[in-house]
Formats: sequence, C-alpha cells, structure tokens
Amino acid sequence: MISRRDFLQVSMAASALIGASGFGNWSRLAAQQRLTQDQLLNFDTFGNVSLIHVTDIHAQLKPIYFREPSVNIGVGRNRGEVPHVTGADFRRLYGIEDGSPSHYALSSGDFSSLAQAYGKVGGLDRVSTVINSIRADRPDALLLDGGDTWHGSYTCHHTQGQDMVNVMNGLKPDAMTFHWEFTLGADRVTELVEGLPFAALGQNIFDAEWDEPLPDLFPPYKFFERGGVKIAVIGQAFPYLPIANPRWMFPEFSFGIRDENMQAMVDEVRAQGAELVVALSHNGFDVDKKMASVVTGIDVILSGHTHDALPEPVLVGETIIVASGSNGKFVSRVDLDVRDGRMMGFRHKLIPIFSDVIEPDAAMTKLIDEQRAPFETQLKEVIGTTDELLYRRGNFNGTWDDLICNALISERDADIAMSPGVRWGPSLIPGDDITREDIWNVTSMSYGEAYRSEMTGEFIKVILEDVADNIFNPDPYYQQGGDMVRIGGMGYRIDVTKPQGERISEMTLLKTGEAIDPAKTYVVAGWASVNEGTEGPMIWDVVEDHIRKQGTVKLDPNTSVEVVNG
Amino acid sequence: MDFTRRETLALGAGAALMTVLPLRAYAATTDELIAEFTGGADIADTGIDFTAPEIAENGNTVPISVSAEGASAIMVLASGNPTPPVATFNFGPLAGSHSASTRIRLAGTQDVIAIAKLADGSFARASKTVKVTIGGCGG
Repeated sequence: MISRRDFLQVSMAASALIGASGFGNWSRLAAQQRLTQDQLLNFDTFGNVSLIHVTDIHAQLKPIYFREPSVNIGVGRNRGEVPHVTGADFRRLYGIEDGSPSHYALSSGDFSSLAQAYGKVGGLDRVSTVINSIRADRPDALLLDGGDTWHGSYTCHHTQGQDMVNVMNGLKPDAMTFHWEFTLGADRVTELVEGLPFAALGQNIFDAEWDEPLPDLFPPYKFFERGGVKIAVIGQAFPYLPIANPRWMFPEFSFGIRDENMQAMVDEVRAQGAELVVALSHNGFDVDKKMASVVTGIDVILSGHTHDALPEPVLVGETIIVASGSNGKFVSRVDLDVRDGRMMGFRHKLIPIFSDVIEPDAAMTKLIDEQRAPFETQLKEVIGTTDELLYRRGNFNGTWDDLICNALISERDADIAMSPGVRWGPSLIPGDDITREDIWNVTSMSYGEAYRSEMTGEFIKVILEDVADNIFNPDPYYQQGGDMVRIGGMGYRIDVTKPQGERISEMTLLKTGEAIDPAKTYVVAGWASVNEGTEGPMIWDVVEDHIRKQGTVKLDPNTSVEVVNG
Repeated sequence: MDFTRRETLALGAGAALMTVLPLRAYAATTDELIAEFTGGADIADTGIDFTAPEIAENGNTVPISVSAEGASAIMVLASGNPTPPVATFNFGPLAGSHSASTRIRLAGTQDVIAIAKLADGSFARASKTVKVTIGGCGG
C-alpha cells in the first residue's frame, strides 16, 4: 500500500511533469512566436476540490510590467533554496528555456527586450477570465485572496480601498486575509470588512488591549463544503503589521505569528471533521516553511507577502506551500484529491496573466473603468519619460528607488536619502512615458510624508543594522519579509551572514568619498516613517517635481552597496 | 523608522543598549537568580509552556504567558533588563490552573526565561528570544 507521503511525492512528480510540459510548450510556442489563451489555461481537472489563489495584488487593476528580482538572498537553512534562486539559476532549476515566456514571467534577465516581445502582465479583467475558466471546469472552486489587495494605487488611495473592494467583489472570493489593508486605519478597515460578502479571516488578529481573538470581525477560520469535502480555511494575517507599518493607525489590533494558536485552530477544525485544512497566509514564504514544520495538520499553505512566484509547490513534511506572485501577475490553481478525510494528491499550475494573450472579461473591464473614470485625467498626465528600466525588486536597490532617493536628495536638499524596502510597485521599460499613475504605483500609501531630519552617523548605522536583521536573521520567525532600506548618497558594505550589529561596515558619504563619522550629524531625507506626526510633503509630489525637472530620466548604475557572502 | 528628534534620541539610547548588551549582559545576575530559585538542582526543558512574541509590537508592554501542570511556583526573568526579575507566580495546593499571563517591559532584544518548580520538586525551564526593533521598512 502506498503511504500518504509516497503518494504526495508521486503526485509532486506528476505535478512537476505537468509543469514541465507546460513550460516546454511555452518554449516551443516562443519559437513559433505564438502563445494562446487555451494553452495558458490548459489544465487536466484533477481530484474533487479546486483552490484558486491570488495574493498581493496591490491595487493593480490594469496590466503592468513587473520585473522579478535578480538579488534575493536566503540565509540560514534557506540559503540557496527557493525562492532565493533568481535569474538564470532559477531557469536552470526549473528547466525554463532562455527567452521563453516563462523566463519573462518568472525570472529576471533581458527584461526590457522580453517585455517588448511579450507585453504587459496582469489586469483583473484578465484574472477574471482565468477564474471563470477554472469555475467552468469546477463550479465550486474556492477563490482565496491572500491580502495586500486594498493598497498600492492612485485610485485605491483616493477611494480608501473602495475601488478594490468593488472590483474584488466582482470576482466573488470566498475568503481573504490582510496586511496593508490595516494602513487604511482601524475605522476604515473595520467599515470595509463589515461590508464584505465573504469571510475576513485571521487566527492571529487579536485585540491589543486584552490579547484576545476577535471572532466577530476576524474569525480564525471558515468551513466550506466543496466536492463532498469538508474544507477548513484558516486565515493568517501579516504577523508584523504594528512593527513594519505604523502601529498608531490601528492601535486596537495585535498580530504576531502565534503558531501555537494556529496549531490549536488546526486541531479544532480537525476535531470538527475537517478533511482538508488550508492556511490562507500572509506570513511570507520562509515563515510559512517554518510554520509548516512546526504546526502539524495543514495540508496546503497558500503563501503571500514576499511576492514570490514559484512554478511548483514546495513540500514541507506533508504540507504543500504555494506561492502566487504579486501585482495581479499570476493566478495559482491547485486541484486536490481528498478522500477518506485526507489529501491524497494534488495538481498545480501557476498561470501567468499575459495580458495580450488572455481575453479580458468585458463586464470586469467595465467595472474597473468605472472605478477609474473620476480620476482619469489625473492618472493619465505624463510627467516625464524614462531612458531606464525602472523596477523595484531586489534585496538592496532597484532603479525606482534610485530615482526616488535622487528626488529626495535634490528636492529636500539632503546628504543621504532613505527609501523603504517594500516589494510592491510595477516596472516601466525604456522609452515609456512616466505618468502620475506610474509614480503613485510605487509610492502611494497612507503615511507618505517625506521627512527631513538630522541623524548621527552612529544612528544611521543602527537603522541599517536593525533593518538588515529583519531580512537576514537566520530564523525566519524573526524576519519581516521586506527588503533592505534603500540608501541614496551613501555607500556601505554588508556581510549578510554576521549577527545584528556586525553586518554593516565601510559606510561612506558618496558626495565627498569620506567615511561616515559616527559622531557627526547628517541631513537625511526619507519617507514612510512609522512615527505619528511625521511632517513633510508627500513623496509622490517630491518624485513628480523631480521627474518634471529631469524631463527624461537617466540614472547612473548603482554600485554603492557591496555584498559579502551574498 | 523613527525620525522626530525626541524619538531619535530615545531610540538611540535603546539601540545603544541593544548593541552593547544584545543578550546576557546581566547573565551572571540571571544565573544567580536561577541558582537561588532552584537551589542548584538540574533543570529539564520539558514540563513548562512559555509564550511570548518573536518580535515585540511594543517593547514597553510585551504580553507573555506561562503554564506548568502542577507547578507550585513559576519565575520569569528578563535576562537583558537592568533588573532581570519580572515576577514569581506562586500557586497554592488548591489552584485550579497553574498558568499566568502578564505584560513586561523589555529594554532591548533579549532572552526571556521562565522556570517552574513542579509538583515533584523538580524544575523545568523555557526561554524565548524577544526582539525589540525600530521596524518600519517591511512590505
């Protein structure tokens, strides 16, 4: 008799075969300059349950470009493990041909030319077409949204998330969990959640005063009966909201990983007869891997937060972890065979949303355009053009943040600039116009004030060490899932393998070439401070002013961070 | 990140503590307190449950909870605080539950330690590193 573990491994191999055949087809199609919707959606329906996962959409309603990172270093046990494999190494690992559509969709390298060839990705009207197609195969498929949905655009900011709520309601999700949504403020997030026609889940969303669950507003889990299977979906919100984002905006709420409570919830739903347990998680991939090794009884983790797109699930014990990318670029379909109260096998496909290939759902296009109509003039205004590929992802810098740091230094008359290491924000390719919408896509937030402050060299080091430990602490439970704070006007060396306090050295003020003096005071400009009462102009206005003066954006290559043991 | 001058100064001080005394700066004191509590007896690492966040949302008020079946006393120490003793919870023979929750203040990133004296007179220990961070750049 085949053991459950063997079965999972067999299924994993089968899934890999399907994945490989899918990729192989795309490569051939690339050679033929042909890619069709049918091939992208082709899926041999399997088992008796289908899950559809979208996550980290960051309010991207329309197709965009999105360059995946070329630097994404893993530490400790995750060194060299996915998702910490990038570019050509990633393509070798998954057998992806250079220049193929999956090269373009899943990895960095030759991005600008491939973007010209394959076009933009995402668009929630295309995502709708994919979801409708899966529902045609399996009408009772569960659609699960991993959060970071109501944040990240001009229209989302100005409607306080209403545009995204309206459009997502059109997709009819079954459940959702949360992160940036809370930066709309406690009152607004509560108002929106109370009006949702689907479940808002978070086993780790607690009342801050009493450290107790909030089952009325954010229940820990919800049961669904699908394909004759009793399914429990448990929500896991971003654990470090009050630390990575401004606590003062939602002081009533407490989060944390709370894996002991996750175990209690898994045990509770199993005791109530759950045959399949799904965690809808905004932990980040490495945290989910660790949680899967600590908590027993979760069959599937749908993983969000760290924006990784993996063409195959990762297996930890008997739990599969699915990572579905960001910015509306991918939809994951996971078909499961659940029998005799257990998951016996799975079939998975990460579907890239090639916007020129997948037909938009006309009703959804209309709904999206209705949300944008009141703002159309402001969105479309051209501020400048770019000669550069503008992208954000990468552990230490990206060209968007190089541009933002340049804007902060010149517009705010600073020695040094700091830009937060967030992972959201689409890309632009050389020759593109830069519209106001594009600037907001990489800057919009509810605490966008660009401060100007004096800091000692010693304190700047403390900040860098602190942020570096949030990324490179060898224990994933101590990682917050962003990237390193981006620095303009200053260079440094980082040894990612050292403990906190010893990673950063060789801090140099670029304009003079002198070493940063711990005792000396420097003028630092930045944005996205978590402090209440931060003052300054909004970052999108600072960037807009800077780009207007430039006309055409040109950037010098950024060589200011030297990475040791990366 | 924190950038008002006042906060910067305060954080600078906190950060200095973190840098200079990441862990066990007062370890001698902590060891002495543990030795005093146990009388030097061996300490097992099972028999006690201790819950604390991995990263404090607010270092000034960190929720912790401890429980140990049948314990007569549980001592909690914040090893990196200027004054490590946090509390010793004593449970009488009629105690219905041998658990306690409270909030503690942490000067910086450090190990928080809980030691229980169990019903049979033996001791059990659990600890967790709680990080106190500036935060502010995730997403």
